[in-house]
Amino acid sequence: MSNTSEIDTKGYWRATVRLTISLLAIWFVASYGAGILFREWLDQFSIGGAPLGFWFAQQGAILVFLALIVTYCVAMNRLEKKYGVKG
Amino acid sequence: MDWTLFFVVTTFALYIGIAIWAKAGSTDDFYVAGHDVHPTVNGMATAADWMSAASFLSMAGLIAFLGYGGSVYLMGWTGGYVLLAVLLAPFLREFGKFTVPDFVGDRYYSDAARLIAVICALFVSFTYIAGQMKGVGVAFSSFLGVDFNLGILIGMGIVFVYATFGGMKGVTYTQVAQYCVLIFAYTVPAIFISLMITGTPIPQLGFIGNAVGTDISMIEKLNTTLTGLGFAEYTSTDKHMFDVFAITGALMFGTAGLPHVIIRFFTVSSAKAARVSAGWALVFIAALYLTAPAVGAFARINFIDTVNEATYIADDADYEAEAAAITVDGGKPVPTWYKTWEKTNLLAFDDKNGDGIMQYRGPNSPDGIENEVNPNRDIFVLANPQIAGLPNWVIGLVVAGGLAAALSTAAGLLMVISSAVSHDLCRRTFFKDMDDKTELLVARGAAAGAVVAAGLLGIFAGQLGFVAQVVAFAFGLAAASLFPIIFLGIFWKRMNKEGAIVTMVFGLVSTFAYIYYFKFGGGTPDQYLFEVSPEGIGFVFMWVAGALGIVTSLVTAPPPQDIQDLVEDIRVPGTRQPHGIADEGMAPMPAE
Repeated sequence: MSNTSEIDTKGYWRATVRLTISLLAIWFVASYGAGILFREWLDQFSIGGAPLGFWFAQQGAILVFLALIVTYCVAMNRLEKKYGVKG
Repeated sequence: MDWTLFFVVTTFALYIGIAIWAKAGSTDDFYVAGHDVHPTVNGMATAADWMSAASFLSMAGLIAFLGYGGSVYLMGWTGGYVLLAVLLAPFLREFGKFTVPDFVGDRYYSDAARLIAVICALFVSFTYIAGQMKGVGVAFSSFLGVDFNLGILIGMGIVFVYATFGGMKGVTYTQVAQYCVLIFAYTVPAIFISLMITGTPIPQLGFIGNAVGTDISMIEKLNTTLTGLGFAEYTSTDKHMFDVFAITGALMFGTAGLPHVIIRFFTVSSAKAARVSAGWALVFIAALYLTAPAVGAFARINFIDTVNEATYIADDADYEAEAAAITVDGGKPVPTWYKTWEKTNLLAFDDKNGDGIMQYRGPNSPDGIENEVNPNRDIFVLANPQIAGLPNWVIGLVVAGGLAAALSTAAGLLMVISSAVSHDLCRRTFFKDMDDKTELLVARGAAAGAVVAAGLLGIFAGQLGFVAQVVAFAFGLAAASLFPIIFLGIFWKRMNKEGAIVTMVFGLVSTFAYIYYFKFGGGTPDQYLFEVSPEGIGFVFMWVAGALGIVTSLVTAPPPQDIQDLVEDIRVPGTRQPHGIADEGMAPMPAE
């Protein structure tokens, strides 16, 4: 069992929460934002042959979700290294 | 040789073989596969666990009909994994428990909270499993000519063998095999259809490409065709924007709160592995979910191209001669796939104007002709291989894929039900001195009992035909009752037992009442609260339930110091210390 007193657990947790909030902000914008709230406005642009807002709702959001989880895993590994936490 | 029978028998034999190989020896094996499943393997098992008969058979068809409106399923059933990965899975794994009610009961130091969580988990799981069993029955009865109820019995028998003997370990490795079967079965027809319609072999890209042989995009062509027949544009929806928002929310938060998904993350070895595993799960799920919108759009185009304005041939025996005659006259005969699938009653043609030609029209039909063709939404995935002119063995493969999707989900749900009974009710609540061996026996018995109950529910649901409607229950209830207390239990130390009980009870009762009123109690859409349909109400009540829980916690005593310390520990992997009352029934701490 690692010794808790050596680890800045408060700093680690604050950094984790900050990371979580920024990732969830992107999560919200990509799905509820681009796919629902701003869809009609985004539909004036297009990606390939699909209106952009529609594309976000059907495919784009899923790709963003994937990128978010990958980012989270990488960033958390770095945080754990930085604070000496064994994940 | 009957390819369908061949694939079904082969895959079933494979599942049984895996179960015999992966027999569970302890409760640790039985509930969480020994806590040592590789993250990638667990990701694949989670994907199969998660993707049910509804994802495999019904979703693309729903999207084909709803167009943009179908996006709620695409975003809702994938976005929940982001929530799982960053808010729940790593911390729950660090907590080290076997089940969701386990976490609730210990974090909120209360057997009452544990019992309410058991009720939530059982309710959610039973409604969900009824749908899977019905799917199994439908697959058997429409493809193998086996009676609907007998089909359910066969499905039950298979799940019984590997869930009862193998427990979570058996379920995990059969789910991996089932994922491979289902993704292969989904992708092969999609590639051929994409080649037919857009000329590219990658359906995910064909979706945003041009229609083959033209420089008009596939989606634009579909929009033009649909409006020409009196339908709304494919890229539009008639649902209220807030309703779309709420349904997506209920599906996302519901996904993150579903016990059978959460327990998959107890099977890996660490918090870090749980994060990685959630990422793999979404990769494997996205393989199907990025294909589904393409399959949906292609299917709609194909359906209109081949069926609309085709001349109907009533006489099966003379089909070929008549079809040839119609072609010579410059007409279009009804396609063979239509004739094949007509027998399953998934398609119906009603020649309203008596001209012998099948007119497919929307509600705003421009030429005043009434719609004469009514397809069931499930037809699209099922008939895809034939529409694309693929050989018969592909159809067999699709049936095996659909069964794999239904059985893998059913098995995951059975594990939740059996552990809720044997672990949470017996070991942790009523018979606290039960030993490991007895608990394992009870767990097997509970799994067996749950299989039988689920089968009966499937037979019953098949007769009532209410499964599609009660699935809304599962997501709504998970979102409104389980998600907020797990989330607050990790991120807010001050959340106490009173608050947790208020949240769960309010979430459960309000969501249940709302859905029941509108689905079965005669409520009409003009009475919707904030224009939100029953499918999305769990999202609204989730916020209310969470807020009530927070207020209740603030006006009652804070949780004991031991519990607050424990919450701090699980936030930082590898720092758990002994904490008095919080340690009761904890999984053993990792040896140094």
